[in-house]
Amino acid sequence: MTDLKPWTAPEWEDWLDEELDAALSLRRTSRPAAMALATLGRDRQDFARHWIAIVAKTNPELAFHFANRAAEGLRRMARDDAEAWIIQAMDVYDKMGLYPAIAALGDIETFAAAREQRSRAAALEQVGPVLELFLQGLSGRRLKLEAGDRTFNDTARIHLPASLALLPTREANLRLYKVTAAHLWAQTRFGTFPGNDPERLVNRCHAFPDATYACGLFHALETIRLDACLARELPGLHRELRTLQDRPPAPASWAPWVARLEAADATVDDSYEALAALYGEPLPAPHLYQGTLDAAAVAAALKSRLEEERTALQNALKALLGDKPPQTAAPEERRFTVHDKDAGRNDPTLLLDGQPLAVPPDVHALMRSIAQDLGEIPDEYLVPAGDGAYAAESGKKPEDVWKGTYHEEGAFLYNEWDYKRQHYRKDWCVLRELDVHPADEPFVAETLRKYAGLASRLRKTFEALRGENATQRRQKHGDDVDFDALVEGFADLRSGRELPDGLFLRNSRFARNIAVMFMVDMSGSTKGWINDAERESLVLLCEALEILGDRYAIYGFSGITRKRCEMYRVKRFEDRYDDTVRARITGIKPRDYTRMGVAIRHLCGILNGVEARTKLLVTLSDGKPDDYDGYRGEYGIEDTRQALLEAKRDGIHAFCITIDTDARDYLPHMYGAVNYAQIDDVRKLPLKISDIYRHLTS
Amino acid sequence: MKPGVVRTEALLITKEPYYEPQGDEILLFESAYRNRIPVLLKGPTGCGKTRFMEHMAWRLRRPLVTVSCHDDLTASDLVGRYLITAGDTAWVDGPLAHAVRVGGICYLDEIVEARKDTTVVIHPLADDRRVLPIEKTGEVLRAPPEFALAISYNPGYQSVLKDLKQSTRQRFVALEFDYPPADLEQRIVDRESGIGAETAAKLVRFAAMTRNLKGSGLEEGASTRLLVHAAKLMVSGISPVAACRGAVAQALTDDPEMVAAINELSASLF
Ligand SMILES: Nc1ncnc2c1ncn2[C@@H]1O[C@H](COP(=O)(O)OP(=O)(O)OP(=O)(O)O)[C@@H](O)[C@H]1O
Ligand SMILES: [Mg+2]
Repeated sequence: MTDLKPWTAPEWEDWLDEELDAALSLRRTSRPAAMALATLGRDRQDFARHWIAIVAKTNPELAFHFANRAAEGLRRMARDDAEAWIIQAMDVYDKMGLYPAIAALGDIETFAAAREQRSRAAALEQVGPVLELFLQGLSGRRLKLEAGDRTFNDTARIHLPASLALLPTREANLRLYKVTAAHLWAQTRFGTFPGNDPERLVNRCHAFPDATYACGLFHALETIRLDACLARELPGLHRELRTLQDRPPAPASWAPWVARLEAADATVDDSYEALAALYGEPLPAPHLYQGTLDAAAVAAALKSRLEEERTALQNALKALLGDKPPQTAAPEERRFTVHDKDAGRNDPTLLLDGQPLAVPPDVHALMRSIAQDLGEIPDEYLVPAGDGAYAAESGKKPEDVWKGTYHEEGAFLYNEWDYKRQHYRKDWCVLRELDVHPADEPFVAETLRKYAGLASRLRKTFEALRGENATQRRQKHGDDVDFDALVEGFADLRSGRELPDGLFLRNSRFARNIAVMFMVDMSGSTKGWINDAERESLVLLCEALEILGDRYAIYGFSGITRKRCEMYRVKRFEDRYDDTVRARITGIKPRDYTRMGVAIRHLCGILNGVEARTKLLVTLSDGKPDDYDGYRGEYGIEDTRQALLEAKRDGIHAFCITIDTDARDYLPHMYGAVNYAQIDDVRKLPLKISDIYRHLTS
Repeated sequence: MKPGVVRTEALLITKEPYYEPQGDEILLFESAYRNRIPVLLKGPTGCGKTRFMEHMAWRLRRPLVTVSCHDDLTASDLVGRYLITAGDTAWVDGPLAHAVRVGGICYLDEIVEARKDTTVVIHPLADDRRVLPIEKTGEVLRAPPEFALAISYNPGYQSVLKDLKQSTRQRFVALEFDYPPADLEQRIVDRESGIGAETAAKLVRFAAMTRNLKGSGLEEGASTRLLVHAAKLMVSGISPVAACRGAVAQALTDDPEMVAAINELSASLF
């Protein structure tokens, strides 16, 4: 604010003549600009002068044009926007020259409108993380958000626009995001798409002459029902949803149906009935937050989930059959059935030839999920997968591997746990140590640049950890008197004993004395994101560990079959974190399979040879143990678990980080309930891993 | 009164502490007590372990001595030390020795926080010897039959440096605690705060939502304790959303995104 008087037109004219001299002529005077600028307040005038002077230094011609538009631009736009307008024009001038720049100055209206839109828009990128947590809190499981052109829920993902600017303020648009996501979630929560009939919505709508209209009407009706559900369950959210938009009430002819849909016991069936009854009525305007219904996408997502579950169950049954001792009946005559009639759909029991069968927890969870979707487990789901099921996964034959170039000399032999026989298979696995081929790419530098903010934050936290002071008592020399010791010494002295010599406190840095081994999954399934995330994580970890001074080593693991287990050296305990190690981290590549047990045993052997008070084995993998020759399912899980128990017996703390989008029921069993962390978004691994490590060791 | 000494009567609990049993823990504790077996309470923070101990002390009519363990807690802090009084030195019992002498119940809260060398002083007390040797005075305290030892431990912490040693844990009968089932938790929140059943039920649902976030950026969901705090704030006139923000969201985490998400959850419910 300033109290100075505005510049008058003549004053402006004088000033402009001087500034814009090179651009003026007899025919082209500064008078029109001066007249317009004189009508502005002093604040805006000063702002205009400031910028005209700057632009004039770049190009007087451009400044002349700017001076002529300035009054209009400054009246139309707030200061920030006006500044952006000028800078944009100067940018265009730098890149493309004078005439495009003059044109850029010219379209004040478009520019101002775009700025306004930008200033009130909310971006999904920005709200996404909070929204995902919000939805997870609501629903108890993770719902993925996806940016796209349309707004809908396909039951697997919630699709939202990348940015929203429908409402006048940014704050309101942020709220619109939240309300929209919650409303779409309500479709899943309150049964808009029952899992047992993926095609239902498609079929029902096509039963009407105008399927698109029918789908729209159904959506309007469901929205009424879901809003009522939300009002009951989440009144706060419902209030927000109401305040977003004024709407005329539903037409009077709808009233009985609205009452029915808003009743506490209304289901999607009521919406379908209302659809039949109200078919032909004009569609009410859609709510801002309701998005669209994509019947086809829903059908596809539901179907593929059912299909996945069915295949998973059939494979599991096949594995179960394989575990049973051979019987008189040929395998194809053996029959699985399910006993769920009285126990209800929550707890189906699996029977084989009429005998109840103990199933692993993941299979049980799968059966429960299917029973919940379908109301029962259909008979065709209970047919074990055919022999082709596994072979189809890969073109390789086991024999090819045996033909390979393995030699057992120079290799390590390890036992493996066979849970079916409850004993070890002796010297079952052949393991070799190899070097990771160093790669010559600027990966490490790029990672450090990409995570510059994080890296410096980590540095601070880890410095704080390292700097943790511990006071040592009863020292001969020290920073302070140890009063406890002194008082006791005094008592000793009085009773005729000698004064002890440790009477001081000394502050010393807490010696951490930790050795940690990182075991990194290099199986084929890590290809892409996971491999990148693993490598980035290792870079950040190394930086952090260098600060802490903890001793650490990094090995990758992979292989095909028990005869070819491979450990890839990235950094041994004795190696320094230098360019070679960095190049090896860069060179970590996805290879073959995941035989976890033998890798754990090998690395524990190395850890056992290290002198440290606390020994830690951190594995980083993307899920289930899995190898080509039957190391899968329960066998692999049990062997991994056994190897981890062995580690524990050796005094090694094992901690497993799993990058996996699905909650897996077997994880607590395999790793031990508190000995693992699951990361469901690989992109978060680099952010989380150092936190996990800090948490583990403080 | 000598410094550091608390009169035993002060530790006797005369009024029944309100406690809602989650299962048969009262029975188990009583029979462990009668058999002189020490007890380990496992469970997340704020789920009623301390309250349970108060309740049991009242039931068994024994004084309760509670020690909150921390990483600087030494054996002398537990057992006792010499102090200078009027130019002379005098021995003063620590809380553990005191509890043994008076036949009370000694509750060591969060035992894993204590230094490892501190934990071992309870070993001779926690097996069938039931003695507490006091090295500095040469005394060996024999625990009377009424004495009981209880420790608590939160197995949810993942730090490898804070694991309870087998030789310690295998001396105890373990009672597992968790957040109470919804109807019980609602009753607790209501009783403790007087907020009324309806709002209490909402708070319990809110807690369930935060517990859904455990492992996805939250170390722990909202405990019963936090719900009671939020309810008390509401009873004294704070708006539900503000109460949840202060008593729950901010108490659970400093991560701004997580705080925002939790605030959105409470704003949706109320
Ligand atoms: N079963 C219960 N009966 C009555 N009140 C309970 C119960 N469970 C929890 N509470 C309430 O929760 C509060 C916290 O419980 P308490 O202090 O006993 O937790 P804690 O398990 O000891 O936690 P910490 O491990 O952090 O010490 C109590 O003050 C009480 O209000
Ligand atoms: Mg407590």
